[in-house]
Amino acid sequence: MISIVWAIVFILLAPVAGGLVAGIDRRITARMQGRYGPPILQPFYDVGKLFEKEHIVVNETQIFYVICYFIFMVFTGALFFSGADLLLTIFALTLAQIFLVLGAYATYSPYSHIGAERELIQIMAYEPMVILAAVGMFVVTKSFNVSDIAASSVPIVLLIPGIFLGFLYVLTIKLRKSPFDISTSHHAHQEIVKGITTEFSGPSLGLIEVAHWYETIFLLGFVYLFFGFNPIIAIIAVAIVYLLEILIDNTNARVKWQVAMKSSWAIAAIVGVLNLGVLYYLGV
Amino acid sequence: MEIVQLLLFLILFPLITAVFMLLVGKDTERNWIVKLSALGIGAVLVYLLITGFDKGTLYFAIGSEPIGLVMFAIELAIAVFILYMGIRYKNYLVVSLIVLQTIVMIAFEAMFAGGVDVQYNLFVDQFSIIMALIIGIIGSLICVYALGYMKQFHEHHHSCSDRRNQFFFILFVFIAAMFGLVFSNNIIWVYFFWEITTLCSFLLIGYTKTDEAIANAFTALWMNLLGGVAFAVAILYLATLGGGMMGLDQLLASGKVIALIPAALIGFAGLTKAAQLPFSSWLVGAMVAPTPVSALLHSSTMVKAGVYIIVRLAPIFQGTFSGYALALVGATTFLLASGIAISQSNAKRVLAYSTIANLGLVVACAGIGTYEAIWAAVLLIIFHAISKSLLFMAVGTAEHHISSRDIENMHGLIRRMPRVAAMMVIGIAGMFLAPFGMLISKWVAIRAFIDAPFGFIFVIILAFGSAITVFFWAKWMGKIISVTPDCENIEGKVDRSEWIALVTVAGLSIITCFIFPLISTFLVEPFLLRNYGQAAQLGQYNIIIMIMMLVLLVVLPLSVLLPHKRHKHVMPYMGGRQTTPDMHFSGSLGIQRQMELSNYYLENIFGEKKLRPLGIYLCTAIIAIMLAGAFATGVFL
Repeated sequence: MISIVWAIVFILLAPVAGGLVAGIDRRITARMQGRYGPPILQPFYDVGKLFEKEHIVVNETQIFYVICYFIFMVFTGALFFSGADLLLTIFALTLAQIFLVLGAYATYSPYSHIGAERELIQIMAYEPMVILAAVGMFVVTKSFNVSDIAASSVPIVLLIPGIFLGFLYVLTIKLRKSPFDISTSHHAHQEIVKGITTEFSGPSLGLIEVAHWYETIFLLGFVYLFFGFNPIIAIIAVAIVYLLEILIDNTNARVKWQVAMKSSWAIAAIVGVLNLGVLYYLGV
Repeated sequence: MEIVQLLLFLILFPLITAVFMLLVGKDTERNWIVKLSALGIGAVLVYLLITGFDKGTLYFAIGSEPIGLVMFAIELAIAVFILYMGIRYKNYLVVSLIVLQTIVMIAFEAMFAGGVDVQYNLFVDQFSIIMALIIGIIGSLICVYALGYMKQFHEHHHSCSDRRNQFFFILFVFIAAMFGLVFSNNIIWVYFFWEITTLCSFLLIGYTKTDEAIANAFTALWMNLLGGVAFAVAILYLATLGGGMMGLDQLLASGKVIALIPAALIGFAGLTKAAQLPFSSWLVGAMVAPTPVSALLHSSTMVKAGVYIIVRLAPIFQGTFSGYALALVGATTFLLASGIAISQSNAKRVLAYSTIANLGLVVACAGIGTYEAIWAAVLLIIFHAISKSLLFMAVGTAEHHISSRDIENMHGLIRRMPRVAAMMVIGIAGMFLAPFGMLISKWVAIRAFIDAPFGFIFVIILAFGSAITVFFWAKWMGKIISVTPDCENIEGKVDRSEWIALVTVAGLSIITCFIFPLISTFLVEPFLLRNYGQAAQLGQYNIIIMIMMLVLLVVLPLSVLLPHKRHKHVMPYMGGRQTTPDMHFSGSLGIQRQMELSNYYLENIFGEKKLRPLGIYLCTAIIAIMLAGAFATGVFL
C-alpha cells in the first residue's frame, strides 16, 4: 500500500519539477504582462545564488525553524506520493507551515510579524476546504489512502464538482498567487516588504524557495487526485489548473485578509454542505 | 489484593490525606504528606492498571444500606450549607435551586428508597481505569504543584488570608469524589459524588474571597445546581419506573425508549458540568481562583465528570433524535468557543475557552455515539487532560515570574524563562499539532463523523473549528518563541514541587503519544468491543508514520546542541529608520519610540460579545429541543 519508491522519486525529482514549473510560470507571467521574461531555468540560478550568499540572520533560532519547515514540507509530499493517509498528509502540511510561521515570529521583526499573522489567517482560511476535499474524496472512494484514491476508477471530480471548485479557490492561497498573496508574494509589489520571509536571506531563503517547489508539486498532485480515473485527462487538467492560477494571479489585485478569509470560508461552507449533503442524500 | 479493595482504597485514601491536610501545621509536613500520598495513589493506580486491564467489566456488591443513609445525611448537610451560603450572600437563585433539589431528593428517599434494587454499587472497566489514571496521576501532580504555587501565592497576595489547610483538604476531597464518581455503578452514588464535586468547586473558586471570586463561585454553583436538579429528577423518574433501573448497567440494558428521558436529564446535568454553552461562563469565571484550581477543574476533575457521564450514557443516545441534538450542542460549542479563544489575550481565558471547545467535541462524539465516535471521545479526554494541565501549570509558574497572565507579555519567554517556555511550547503543540494527542483525536473524530448518519454536518463543523484552533495556538506559540532584544533570564529558581509536576506532565504528554497505540489496544478497544461489539483502530502504517514524525520532532530540537558556526547578525528590517539595539527608533516629530509587536485578536469577527450571545441562544434552543425530543420519545413510545 505504501510505496517507498514513489516517496524517493518525489524527494529527488520534485525540486526539479517544481523549479521548472516556477520557471514556466515566470515566463508565462511575463508574456501576459507583455515582457519577454527570464529563461526557464532562472529559478534554479536564483536559488543557486542564494545558497552561495553569506548567511545573515537576526537570531540563530530562525534557521532551526526554517530547516524544520523544509524537512516537514518534504515529508508531507513524500507521504502523499507514497500513497499514505490523506488527512495525515494535510496535518503534516499544517505542521510544516507552522514552522515557517514560527521562524518569522522568532525574528521579532515588524514586517515578518505581520507576515506571520497573515500567514496564520491564510492557514485558517484554506484549511477547512482542504479537509473537506479529503473528506469528499473519502465519501466517493471509501478510502483516505492516496494510493487507493489515485487508483480509483470513480470519476471523483464529477461526483464532487463543488468541492473541486472550492479547492481551486483556496489553491490560489496555497500557491501564494494574487489576489491572496497577502502574507508574502512572488511579485515585487508587496506592501509589507516581503512579509513572512522579510528576515530570511541567503541559504535560508533558498531553502524556503525549494520547500515551496516541493509544496507546488504536492498541491498539483492533489489536483491530480480529482481526475485520477484517467491519467491523461488528469495531467491535462493539472496543466489547465495551473495556467488558470497564473491567469488569476495576473488579472487580480491583492485583497485584504478579511476578504480572503471570509470568502474562503463562505465557499467552503456552501460547497461543503451542498456537495456532501447531496452525496449523503443520494446515498453515495 | 482484590480489585474491589483497590477501588475502595482509591476512594478512601484521598479522604484520609484530606483529614491530615486539615491537621498539619508546617509546610514541610504538608509537602511530605502530599508527595507521599501522590506516590501512593500513583502506585495503586499502576497496580490497578496491571491487574485490571484485561478483566473486562467487574461489578462489586457493597452493602448499600448503611452507606446509602450516610450519603443521604451528607447530602442534607451539604444542602443546609449551600442554603446558608445562599442566604448569607443573598443569592436567591441558588437558594431556590437547592430547595428544589432537596425536595426532589427527600421525596425520592421517602417514597422510593426502600424499593431501589441495585445489585452492584461499584464497578470497574477499562474506561473507569482510564478516568482513574487521569484523576489520580494528573490530579495528584496538580496537588504537588499546588504546594509550591500556593506558598508563593500567599507571598504575592497578602490580602488573601492563608487558609492552605482548608485548600488542600478540599483538593483531596475533590479527588476522592472523582474516584467515587467513576467507580460507582449505582446512580444514586454517582449523584452523591456529583454533588460533592459541585460543592468542592464552589469552595475552591471562592477561595480568595474577593467580590469577583465570590460572584463567580456563585455562578458556578447555580449552574451546577441546575444540572443537579435535572440529575435528581432523573433519579426520581427512574424510581417511579420501579426500583430496578438504578444501576448504570441496568439503565444501559433497559433499552433506548425507557432510558432516554433519564439519560437526557443526566446528559443535561453533564452539559452544565462540562461548561457547554449556554453554561460556559462558570468555567471562564473560575479562573479567578489560584491556578492549581483551574488546572484541576479543567483537566482531571469537574468538567471531565460531565463528559464522563455523557460518554457512559452514549449507547442510549446513539442514533436518537436527542442524541443528535446533544451532539449539535457540543459541536456548536466547539466551533464558537474556539472562535472566542482567538479574541482573548488573557492566557487563562484562552485556556478556558479551549477547554470548553474541546469538551464540546467530546460531547459531539458522545452524542453521535458510534463506536468510532466513542473511541475519539476517550482519546480526546486523555490527551486533553494531559496537555491542558501542563499548560495551566506552566502559565501559573510564568505568572509568578512576569507578574502577568497576558499573552502579550509573554514575548521572548523562550529567552526569559527557557525551561518554563519549553514546557508551555510542549503543551501548546500537544493541543493542535500533528502528531500529538489532540490532533490524533480530532483526526479520529473526523473519521468517526463521516461514517455516522448525518455525520457530514459534524465533519464540516470540525473542519472549521480545527482551523480556528490552529490560529490561536500558533500565535501564542509565536509570542513565546520570539526572541526579543531586551530580554534577560529571569527564571531564577522555580519551586521544586512545581518543577516536579511540570516535568512529569510534560514527559507524560510526549510519552502518551508514543504509547498511544498501546493505550488504544489494551484499554480503549476492549471497552469498545464489549459495549459496541466493534472497535476502531488506526492502520499500522499511520502509526508508523506518526511515530516517525514524533521522533523527528523530538530529535530536531536536539540539533541546537550540535556545534555550528555563528552567523552574521543584523537588526530586523525597520524600513530604514535609525534603530537602537533595544529597538527604539525615531518616530515622526523626532520622538523616540520603542518597537512593539502584538498579535491579531480579530475582535470584529470573533469577539466574545458577538459569539457568546449567539452561542447561548443557539445552544439553549437546541437543548430545549433535545429534552423535548427525549420526552416525546419516552412518552409516546
